[in-house]
Formats: sequence, C-alpha cells, structure tokens
Amino acid sequence: MRKQWLSAPYGLWAIVFSIAPIAIIAIYSFCSRSPYGNIIYEFTLENYQKFLQPIYLRVLWRSIILAVQSTLICFILGYPIAMMIAGSGSKQKNIMVMLFVLPLWTNFLLRTYAWMVLLRDQGVINQVLMALKIIDGPLKLLYNHNAVLLGMVYNFLPFMVLPIYSVLSKIDSSFIEAAEDLGATNFQVFARVIFPLSLPGVISGLIMVFMPAVSTFVISDLLGGGQTVLLGNLIQNQFLVARNWQFGSAISMMMITLILITMGLTAKYQREGGRQLW
Amino acid sequence: MDKYIIELQDVTKKFGEKEALCGINLKIRPKEFVTLLGPSGCGKTTTLRIIGGFETPTSGDVYFEGKRINDLPPYQRQINTVFQKYALFPHYNVFENIAFGLKIKKIPKKIIQEKVAHMLKLVNLEGFEKRDIHSLSGGQQQRVAIARALVNEPQILLLDEPLGALDLKLRKEMQLELKNMQQRVGITFIYVTHDQEEALTMSDRVVVMSEGEIQQIGTPEDIYNEPVNRFVADFIGEGNILDGVMIEDFQVKMEDKVFTCLDKGFQPNERVEVLIRPEDIQIVKGDEGMMKGIVESVMFKGVHYEITVKDEGGVRWMIHSIHMVKVGETIGMVIVPDAIHIMKKAVWK
Repeated sequence: MRKQWLSAPYGLWAIVFSIAPIAIIAIYSFCSRSPYGNIIYEFTLENYQKFLQPIYLRVLWRSIILAVQSTLICFILGYPIAMMIAGSGSKQKNIMVMLFVLPLWTNFLLRTYAWMVLLRDQGVINQVLMALKIIDGPLKLLYNHNAVLLGMVYNFLPFMVLPIYSVLSKIDSSFIEAAEDLGATNFQVFARVIFPLSLPGVISGLIMVFMPAVSTFVISDLLGGGQTVLLGNLIQNQFLVARNWQFGSAISMMMITLILITMGLTAKYQREGGRQLW
Repeated sequence: MDKYIIELQDVTKKFGEKEALCGINLKIRPKEFVTLLGPSGCGKTTTLRIIGGFETPTSGDVYFEGKRINDLPPYQRQINTVFQKYALFPHYNVFENIAFGLKIKKIPKKIIQEKVAHMLKLVNLEGFEKRDIHSLSGGQQQRVAIARALVNEPQILLLDEPLGALDLKLRKEMQLELKNMQQRVGITFIYVTHDQEEALTMSDRVVVMSEGEIQQIGTPEDIYNEPVNRFVADFIGEGNILDGVMIEDFQVKMEDKVFTCLDKGFQPNERVEVLIRPEDIQIVKGDEGMMKGIVESVMFKGVHYEITVKDEGGVRWMIHSIHMVKVGETIGMVIVPDAIHIMKKAVWK
C-alpha cells in the first residue's frame, strides 16, 4: 500500500489523456453555439435533440448494423481458426499466430489502401476476372456497404482470433478426456465442455471487434467512399468540416454510452468465466 | 479367456523414440482391486490410459471380456476414469458434473435425479447438489469425481493417483473408503499409485512396474515377503539387500558367513541377492548373536526405533526394533532362516 505513489505516472496519464478529454467532450456536448460556431458555456440539450433527427438516427442504426455484422462474421470465421491454431503443434502454432499478428505491424491505413487497390474497377481482382473471361465489364466492388464490411472483418479478425485462441489453448486437456470418458462424442465434447469453457475468450473477442467497428471512420471513408456514413464519419465531420464541436461531442457521448452498454451486458458473462483477457 | 475382464497382450507404447511400455502382459479378473505401482515414468499411467482408450498401443492387443478393443474410442468403453486432478468441469455444479454422463446417454430426468442422489449418498455428499466445484475441498472434489465416474455403472473404474493431492490423514481415510466402495459396488478397480503403502493396504493384487516393464504381479503379501528381484525388494518397504552365494540348498553365504535359509533350487555356488527386512533382525547381547556390530545411529520413528549398525565386515544394517539401544554400543544380531529371502540376481539391461 505504501508503494501507491508508484502508480502516479499512470494516474497522471489517465487524467491527462482519458478523463480530462472525456470530461471536456461531456461539457461541450451540453454547450450552446454562437452564430459563428464558437462555444458558449450555456447549458442546452439542443445537441442531443439534434441527434434524434431521422437522418442521424439512420447513421446510428447503420453503424450498429455494420458493427454487429462484422462482429458476427469475425466470430464465425475466427472461432474455427482459433480452434485450429490451439489444436496444432507448438511449432505450427507459433507460425500461425505470427501470420495473424504480422499484418498488424503494417500501418492500418496502408492495409486499407491496399484493399482499394484490390477492389477498384481497374483493380487486381477485376483485371484477373476479366482476363479469365469470367466477366465482361468490371464489377462494382468498391464504395459500397460490402466493401466496408470486408474492410472491417479484415482489419478486426485478429482481435477475435487471439483472445479465443488464448483461452482455448489454456483449457486443460483432462477436461476433454473426462468428457470422452463419460461417453461424449467429439461434437458433445465441443458443445458441452470446450465451447462453454471458451466463453470468456469469445466475449473478449466480441467486445474487441465491436468497439472499433462501431467507431471506425477510416474504413468507411476509404472503402465506402463517403457513401456509407457511420457515427465515426459524422463525428469527424462535425469537428473538422462543419466546425460544430458541440454536436460532435454529443455524438461522441452517444457512442461512448453505446460502448459502455455493450460492455455492461457482457461483463456478467465475463465474471462468470473467471478469467479476463483485458 | 472369459474369466478375465481386461487382458493386455504384449502391449508396447512408444512416444517418438522413447519406449514407454515394452511388452506388458496383464490379466485382470472381474471385481478385482488391482494396483499398478511404480516410480514416476515407469509406465503405470500409460498402461491405465491404454485401458481407458486415451492412448492406442504401438503394438500388442487389449481385450475387454475377450473382445479386442484396441481401436474403440473412450466414449464407447464401459470403463470410467477418476483423473489425477479430478478434471471436474468448472462450469457445472456438483449435480451437473455427476449427471454429465447420464445426460449424454439421454436418460430421463427423473432417473438421473435418483441416480445422482444415490451416488451423493454413496460418497457422503448429500445436499451438495447445487454447490460450485470451486467451493469444495480437495477431498470433496475427489468424491465428486468418483461419483461422476461410478454413476455410469462402469464395469471397470480406473483411478489415476486419485489421493495424490490429499493430506496424509485424509488419504488414509479415503483409502479405506475406496476399498469399501469397491466391495459394495462390486466392480473392478484398477488403481495407479507410486505410494507402496497405499498399494499394499488396498489391493487384491499389486503390479510392480519399472522402466516400462512389469517386475512382479502378486498379492500384497507375496510382493512384500517374496519380492522377485532387487528392484521390487527396494521399492516395497525397506530392506537390507546383500550379495550372496548359494552354496547348496538351504545354505547361503554372505560376508563369509554361512546362513541357513528356506530357499532351494539354485545352481551350486549361484550368485544371488539376499533380502533381510529390518524388522526381521533380532538384537541380542554382544556375543550371543550370529554377527556383531556397533550401533551408529538410533532414530525414533513412533512405533519402533530405526537403528543403523555397522558390522565387523564394514557393512551397514538397518534394523527396526522396539528396544532402545545406545549409539556406540556393541550388539549381536540374529537372523532366523525364515527372515532370509533369496532373490535371483537381476539382469539389468
């Protein structure tokens, strides 16, 4: 207890870079706006009321749908991958984990630009398909909902695979043997023992994909080409283009609330599982 | 053949280059309590895992009631296991753990409840149905593990060092309880342990293993009184093991003295090993014994004193006696023919 002062740098960090900015945003979101866009420190709910307009609610809805879709796809793809990695020999295991982590060492923007190169009308995919005479004209692959979805799944899949893998690889093989011993077939072993025991990892994975997915603006900007406006884009727009910081702050507060609700819903399961990844 | 419930024929198992089992032959009768005993790495757990179906033998055959079961997966065998660290499912409570096997067999709920209740009674854990696994003590977890296995009414129960994690007093209690349970449910128990006392207390027959081979199979009395070689003699109980020569039947020479024994059938002048248990040596006054020696140390062990004596030839003897002697004292030792046990010289690879 006497070593508490050792946490001072952390405390300072948290105050300067987390608590203070959030507090500032919270205050801004309740402030009025002067005709020239300046902040007037006068309490108002105007910014939140503005968000309730159908045009913005549609953005909210689209953001949630896209985040849920990409989270589910990541889960469906990620769980079998995590199982495969956890089930392989230690040498292959390291290589497979490496393959998943390696792209994360490249810049996020670069990776997303790379998808633009692949997907655009004169891109690699269209070129190859046309050369093979499978299609006559280029397919419209870029600047739509699916392109954004693809970008999210591609970028966030490791965040699903790694926590699930980490929990799966720690499951004691004697649990599996005990289940087999008691008459469980391979499928029953999975459904009754492995999957329930891996739930903490699944929950971590779901949160770690859902959070960046619901708040992203780069992926929708680049791969959606401005066609798919998400919450993140809206916030970026309000701060940088419309210069309406008050409204941007209100949207940010809505997003923070959304994320907190998700975490609250899943925290229950995580505590039951005992082990937490983060 | 049908007399045996489990039969292993020339079973070998290799893990990579390492040979864990080299030619195991073992026959186990129904309702028998058999213990596989040996130091760690002797192959006892591998043998158990082969019977349970968690490993397949590299060569050789496993028979269950006369039928070859080499390739039968664990879930199709009428065998259940109590695992070393119990392996109770942490996401289920006591009831759900015990009911696991029955639920998989799609047994009606009402019957499951009756059977689980019956099992909890058998292992003295009535009223523990809703308890969380983590809230149980080691001894309680162990009982749940036994109940979870027995509720499936297996023909054979495999137990892999089930008492290893318990303290001494609890272990002794559980030894008795397990033995009782085995007699009540009337099924075969195959038990793995490295604790020789445990093996002697509980078993109908003991299988002593070392380096992937069976050294001796016999009743606890046989194993203790008539060990076939130095390894068994050394591993089971304590003993003085000396080199000797069989001069003729009933006459063995060790340390230049000829002793009368009860063993015969050796070649003239065959080199043998002689086992004399420490409790079989009688202490007498200095000159009245067959040998003389000086007491080097005396340790109080509760029931007896453990005495080390150095004889005239410089050999140290371990003696268990209820009589106190003093360090430095010269004593005589008497070894009656019945106390001398002759073993063939082991041929070590």
